[in-house]
Order: sequence, then C-alpha cells, then structure tokens
Amino acid sequence: MSDNLDLQKDSINFECETGNYHTFCPISCVAWLYQKIEDSFFLVIGTKTCGYFLQNAMGVMIFSEPRYAMAELEEGDISAKLNDYEELKRLCLKIRKDRNPSVIFWIGTCTTEIIKMDLEGIAPKLEAEIGVPIVVARANGLDYAFTQGEDTVLAAMAQKCPTLENKNIRTKSEGEDHPPLILFGSVPDSVANQLISELGKQGIKVSGWLPSKRYTELPSINEDCYVCGVNPYLSRTATTLMRRRRTKLIGAPFPIGPDGTRAWIEKICSVFNVEPKGLKERELKIWENLEDYLEIVVNKSVFFMGDNLLEVSLARFLTRCGMIVKEIGIPYMDKRYQGAELKLLQQTCQDMGIPLPSIVEKPDNYKQLERIREYKPDLVITGMAHANPLEARGINTKWSVEFTFAQIHGFTNSRDILELVTRPLRRNNSLQQLAWNSYTNIKI
Amino acid sequence: MKLAYWMYSGPAHIGTLRIASSFKNVHAIMHAPLGDDYFNVMKSMLEREREFTPVTASVVDRHVLARGSQEKVINNITRKDKEEQPDLIILTPTCTSSILQEDLQNFVNRASLEAQADVLLADVNHYRVNELQASDRTLEQIVSFYIAKAKKYNNLDLAKTFKPSVNIIGSYCLGFHNTHDIAELKKLFNDLGIEINLVIPEGVSVNELKKLPKAWFNVAPYRETGLMTAKYLEQEFDIPYIDISPIGVLQVAKFIRRIENILNDQGLNISFDEYINLQTKFVSQSAWFSKSIDCQNLTGKKAVVFGDATHAAAITRILSCEMGIHVAWAGTYCKYDEEWFKSEVEGCCDNVIVTEDHGVIGDLIAKTEPAAIFGTQMERHIGKRLNIPCGVISSPVHIQNFPLSYKPFMGYEGTNQISDLVYNSFTLGMEDHLIELFGGHDTTEALTSSLSADTQIVWQKDAQNELSKIPGFVRGKIKRNTEKFANDRKIKEITLEVMYAAKETVGA
Repeated sequence: MSDNLDLQKDSINFECETGNYHTFCPISCVAWLYQKIEDSFFLVIGTKTCGYFLQNAMGVMIFSEPRYAMAELEEGDISAKLNDYEELKRLCLKIRKDRNPSVIFWIGTCTTEIIKMDLEGIAPKLEAEIGVPIVVARANGLDYAFTQGEDTVLAAMAQKCPTLENKNIRTKSEGEDHPPLILFGSVPDSVANQLISELGKQGIKVSGWLPSKRYTELPSINEDCYVCGVNPYLSRTATTLMRRRRTKLIGAPFPIGPDGTRAWIEKICSVFNVEPKGLKERELKIWENLEDYLEIVVNKSVFFMGDNLLEVSLARFLTRCGMIVKEIGIPYMDKRYQGAELKLLQQTCQDMGIPLPSIVEKPDNYKQLERIREYKPDLVITGMAHANPLEARGINTKWSVEFTFAQIHGFTNSRDILELVTRPLRRNNSLQQLAWNSYTNIKI
Repeated sequence: MKLAYWMYSGPAHIGTLRIASSFKNVHAIMHAPLGDDYFNVMKSMLEREREFTPVTASVVDRHVLARGSQEKVINNITRKDKEEQPDLIILTPTCTSSILQEDLQNFVNRASLEAQADVLLADVNHYRVNELQASDRTLEQIVSFYIAKAKKYNNLDLAKTFKPSVNIIGSYCLGFHNTHDIAELKKLFNDLGIEINLVIPEGVSVNELKKLPKAWFNVAPYRETGLMTAKYLEQEFDIPYIDISPIGVLQVAKFIRRIENILNDQGLNISFDEYINLQTKFVSQSAWFSKSIDCQNLTGKKAVVFGDATHAAAITRILSCEMGIHVAWAGTYCKYDEEWFKSEVEGCCDNVIVTEDHGVIGDLIAKTEPAAIFGTQMERHIGKRLNIPCGVISSPVHIQNFPLSYKPFMGYEGTNQISDLVYNSFTLGMEDHLIELFGGHDTTEALTSSLSADTQIVWQKDAQNELSKIPGFVRGKIKRNTEKFANDRKIKEITLEVMYAAKETVGA
C-alpha cells in the first residue's frame, strides 16, 4: 500500500451513521460469479429467506437452469438433530452427479454463522471424500453488504490459487521486462480483454486474473507477483493476496471512467518503471466522444445513498464530468485499499473547483431522505426500495444496482456509465411537456 | 437440508409484512440482518408503490450476535414511533432472529411503555409456517388485538348496520390481481344492495377494526389469507362467513346464493335468482363463450393446472365444468391445505398433485404434454422450454402480473378475463402448430442474408467470437453499428480493436 496519503488535513469529511440502510444481501454475488466462473456451482447454505431473496433479485436468471442452489436448512439442521457433514455430503454428491462442476462454492449465510456450522472444517474432509474442490466463503448479512460478497469469495479463492514449483521460470519470461502482474475482481470476459489490451499497449502483460473464466484456470501466484484490483470493494481479497500469498499490491484508483482508467494504467506503469505512451491522447479522445452526454450532466447535482461500494469511484468520475456531488453514502470505507481513489477524488474536486463531498459510511436512509428533501439534488443514485417513492416526489433517480451489472470498466465502457446516469435525465427531458411531476399528496 | 432452486411461497416474515404494510399507518420493524429488507424492493417495484414502504430493519449484525440486541430493538421502535407516528408497530422476527432466541416479547413490552403506538410481536414460527400461513395468522392477530382493546375500553360497536352489510377480508398488497378482485367484489355487493362495512386490511386504519362486528356477514374470498380472521369473528360474535371464491360463473352464482341464504336467515326475504340469470347471460360473456363454436374446438383438449389452492381449484373447475377441457392433473403448492384442495377438484381432473418442488411439476408437464398450462410464472417458464403455452393464474408472479388495466379474476368481469386468458393460451398453441405444419415463417433468414450481402466486411475470428458472446437481442444492432463504423472508415476487416473503437465512438 504505497499510497498512504494524508487524508486528515483539510480534506474529505468522513462520517458514520447508524447503518440503517437498504442494500442487497452479499449472497447476491453468486448471480454474477456463477456466470463468470463457468465450471462452478454455488451452494448457498441458508434458509428460505435467502432463497426468496435470490429468486426475486435474480429475476429471470433463475429460470435458465442456473448453476446455483440453496441448501435450505430445516428445523432439524438448526437444532443439530441432523448431522451437517452427512447432509452436505448428500447434497454435494447430488450436485456432482447432476452438474459435474470443477468446484463447489459453499456460501455461508447469517444462519450458518449463528448456529456456528463449521463449514471451513467440513469442507477439506468432504472435498477429499467426493473429489470435488470446495471453496468456503462467508458472504453473510451480519458482516457484509452486497458486492462485498464477491470479496469474500475471491479472498477464499486467492488461497486456492496454485504456486509455481520453480518461480524463476515465471519471472521475466517471454521477453517481459516486469515482474508478473495479476489482476483481481470479477468483470465480464470482454471487459477483461479490453483492460488486458489497454495494458498490452503499454507493454505490460497480465499474467493472470482472479477469478479466471474457469476454476481450473486459476492463475499461479508467487511471492514475486504484483497484484492490482479493478473493483473498489475487494479489500479482503487484497489483504489476503498481500498477507497470505505475499504479493505486492499496487494501490491505484479503479479503472472506472476515462480518468480512472488512465490513472489506473499510469499507476501500474509507474510501479513497473514504464513510461506511459499516448495515454493522455487516448483519454482526451474518449472525453470527446462523451460530449453529448456531458452536456446533459454538467452542473447537475447528484446524491449517492450508498449500497454497493462503487460510490467513490463513480462520484469521482461524475465530478470530472462536471456534476456536483452532494453526498457519497457508502456501506463500508476501506481508506487504505481505496486510498489512491480517495486521493484522486480529492484532486478532481480541486481541479473542478467544487467543495469536497462528505463520505457517509453506514448511512441512515431515513436521515438521508431528510437531506435529500433539503438539497433537492438533480439525481439520486439509490436502491429500488426508494426509487419509485422518490420519483413520485419529483426527484430523479437511478437504480444503483445497475452499475454492478453493467459494463463500466475501462476507456471503452465510459459511455455505458453515462448512458445509465443520464437515462433518468433524458427520460424526464422528453416527459417535460407533461405537467405532472408529483404523484403523491405529500410535498417533499 | 433440502436442495432447492425455487420456492412457490416465501418465508413467514414476508406474509407478516404483506399484512402489516397493507394497513394504513402501521409500521413493521424487522429484527433482521442487513439485506433482509428485500420486501421493500418488491413492494416498490411490483406494485409501483409511490409511498415509502413502512418497513424498516433493526439490523442484526456481528455486535448483536456477540452481545444481544439489548436496547437496540427498543430504540428502533421508539425512534420509528417518533418519526412516523404510526398507530401500530409490529416487530417482525426473521429466520435469523428466531434462532437467536432473544426475548423479543420482552422488548415489545418495554417499548410499548414508551411508545405512543401500540406494539405487537408477530406470532409466527419461521420453520413451521410459510408466507401464506403467516399472513393469515398476522391478520387474525391484529384484528383480535384491536377487538380486545375495544372491549377493554368498552367502545366496541356491536349494533348491526341498518342495511345488510359485509366485511371483505383479504385485500392485501402483493396479492395476485388483488386490487382488481376487491374492486369487482365491491361492485357485486353494490349491485346486490349490500353495504360494505369494512374491507381489510388494505388501506384501513387499525382504529377502524372495532367496527367489524357491525357487519351482517363476512367474506373471505381467498383461501390463503383471511379465513382465520373470519373464523375468529364467527366464534367471537357469531358472524357468519362465506369462504367460497367467486371465480368462474358457477362459483359466483354459488357465492351469491350463499349470501341470499345468510341474509334470509337474518330475517330478510330476498332472491338474487334474476340477478344471477341476467349477469350470467348478458354481463358475463363467459357462459355464452362456452356455448360458442370457438369453445367447441377446445372440447377435450388437454390442460394441466398448478398454483395456490384458491386459484388452482377455481381454474380447474372452470376448465372442466364450464369449458369442457380435459384437465389431466391439477395441483397446488399449499401442502398444508391438501385435503381441502383434493375435495374441491374431485371429479374435475384425472389426478391431483400436491408438491412444493418445481422439478416434479416440470417433469410431470413434460410427461403429460398438455396443449396448455395454467400455472405460476415458474410453469410459464417450463412451458417456454417445452414450447407449450401457459396462462398465469396464481402467485408467484412477476411485474407483468401487476397490470395497470382492470383485470379481476373474481366476479362477472373476472369470468370474461379468464375466458380470454384460457382462449388465448389455446389459440396461440394452435397457431404455432399450424405454422409448423406449413413449414414455419421462413422470412427471417432471407431478410438477414440480403442485409449483410451488400457489406464486404470480414469479421476476424476473435471479433466474431466476441460478437457471439453478446446477448442475442442486441447482437444484430451491435453488428450493424460496428460494420457501419468500419465502412465509414474504410476498414475492411473487423478485429477486436475495431469493435472496441466502435463502442467507444458510437456506443456500438
């Protein structure tokens, strides 16, 4: 963590509220991870509540024979009348028979925490018995929010990555003039290819990606590896890679928006002593292509209620786009892992001449709604629980979860972020001739 | 442990929340971990709700796990009491909190000393009842609480209304076509000259519940929610109730005749025969439809039915008795109500299936090969996979089953809606069949080949691969935009780089 910036002086104001906010349960990560890791099967060990959430949150995905299922705990499991090991063995054998996955992920939930089911203890024994690797991740709502679920899974996977027998073979082979670089964070394959190709243009080779397309293709990780995150919510994974796998972490802003992407590449280049080529021009070109969207957002104010940990990176990008960020709500703020991103946010605010926003950790939605009433922002980025009621009060909203499912990384996808951000603004432009802006009796 | 991919009914607390948030000015506080407040999303999205859903969580986190909730739950109750000033706060346990075994009743007792609102603990066991049973119980719990309260303060109004009147029990949020059904029932009672005393719980203040005994009788049109309350009111005040779901011409008539009986028992002398006759022949088109040659073509066609007990039983009866369709099997996921269901559909279908396992239903449909399915959203998807049309007749449902237009299943207008649904499902199946018989639509192929024929652009293998990964419904657009981008720049070969550049520039 080379970027230990001094955030104390005059800078961003950090607050922490009550944690009464709406977000998705972290088990939702199975929805995108099972698609990313093609030979996996995700078994969520929990109750009907977990199942109900997944089935409703995942919408139509549930109908396409997904490679995930619930191990639904019954009263006998809770009261320990049934034997956990035998029960899990029975289910995993069935999964092996029906789907033949290369790996089974066990997603621990609130219930397995409370009844202290020893998943980590059972897994190695069962793994040996049934011959399928089992990875245990505790993605529960007692400890984590939404995207942090991916963090728990990747942290568990990081420990399963192979090591090379002879690390000399690996270092500086194939004409590389830098130590191996492993990127971490789940993005769709095409986004991964785009980022790999951007780094390739700088002569930097990506040796591996956590997670890979298939579990059987997990990258080898050695002490001489450098690692760099692409998502802001991966602090446990980063910690695991540093402490358990002894890698060196490149603390960079995240490649979200053209500014973030450039800063991300520059940081990686600087660590490898590579002089970046043509990056400035590339960034400029992207900005030019965004012109039509920028006209819509400039000088508009935005309020992040906070639920997916992408908030700081998005706020930084939107500030650069000319928007005024009123508040950055965020479930959890790792000032070390997000250090470079925070620094870039601070720099961006200075460059754009706007005041530094408050970052509100563990926000209180009720108090936030009071602040929204007061500020009347042009756009509120929020969960679906609040979106319709806010729209009914004449406040534009963008559903925050879409940012986690859309392609938002790299130069190539900058348009997609603005496509999302401007959608409510464009929609309401076209509805403006209709005089109905308030759909409730209560004035906001 | 049970391997489960899909559930027909949700966990118990969802039932409690559906009842609590249907009342006016009732706030529910869930004792739950972060992320369990997913109910708010469902209500806000499915019902396109304009108001904030009156449900919050008293978050169970790692600290609570270590030290217990202590003052946290009480503070959250009293805080909501001040902020929202509700009439009633319901503390709702979840599956997580129920295994913590904290004395929630004690928190409720202490909080109610301080709060202006009444405070109740929802009496449901997560590992024994499902969403539907919990909703039934919670409604009864709230009603009996306020009846007891009124008795205590001696302001219970027992005098019957001057004109015959009814309570409708079972209007609640996130129910299948529920608002339309209730509107249709109100219309029906209006036609019959019966006043509506109270419709509960949707939109009613808990303070009005003491008026319940004024009604001459109760109706509980849904088997799943409301019956317990109707029985409680019968026991307590000797108010007769009707548990017939007025779905389908025959059942509506039976429903109205029962009303007639009840009213005549209470000293009136009325007959609704003429009304039933007129409505059946001229307002409902359903009876005539059954007689028409369209419906003749449906005779003996094979169908299967699956859903909650109320709807699956009603639709089975309509298909079999009113339309002459052959119901190969009818089923429900309401296992706890198995006996009732079996007796209801007796004689209307070859077999009865009671299961909560969608896999069993899927296999059964595949084996039966019906001409149409009437089921939930799950059966619709099974139908899609097997190429069998499906009419959705029961929860669980998607947002498209919360239509903006008037689509009741109950009453005389309901019979029209159901006839359309049944008929459309079958004709679509026919159409498909005919298309196949005559070789299908072959225009798609011709159109695409002529469009791409005038471009001489070559797609490199990598790019082609990438293109194939893009979801089908946008692939064509992206292909065209990328080719146009390449054409404009006189690029002859599309590589991955060209694809990305096209996306960066024109958003392809």
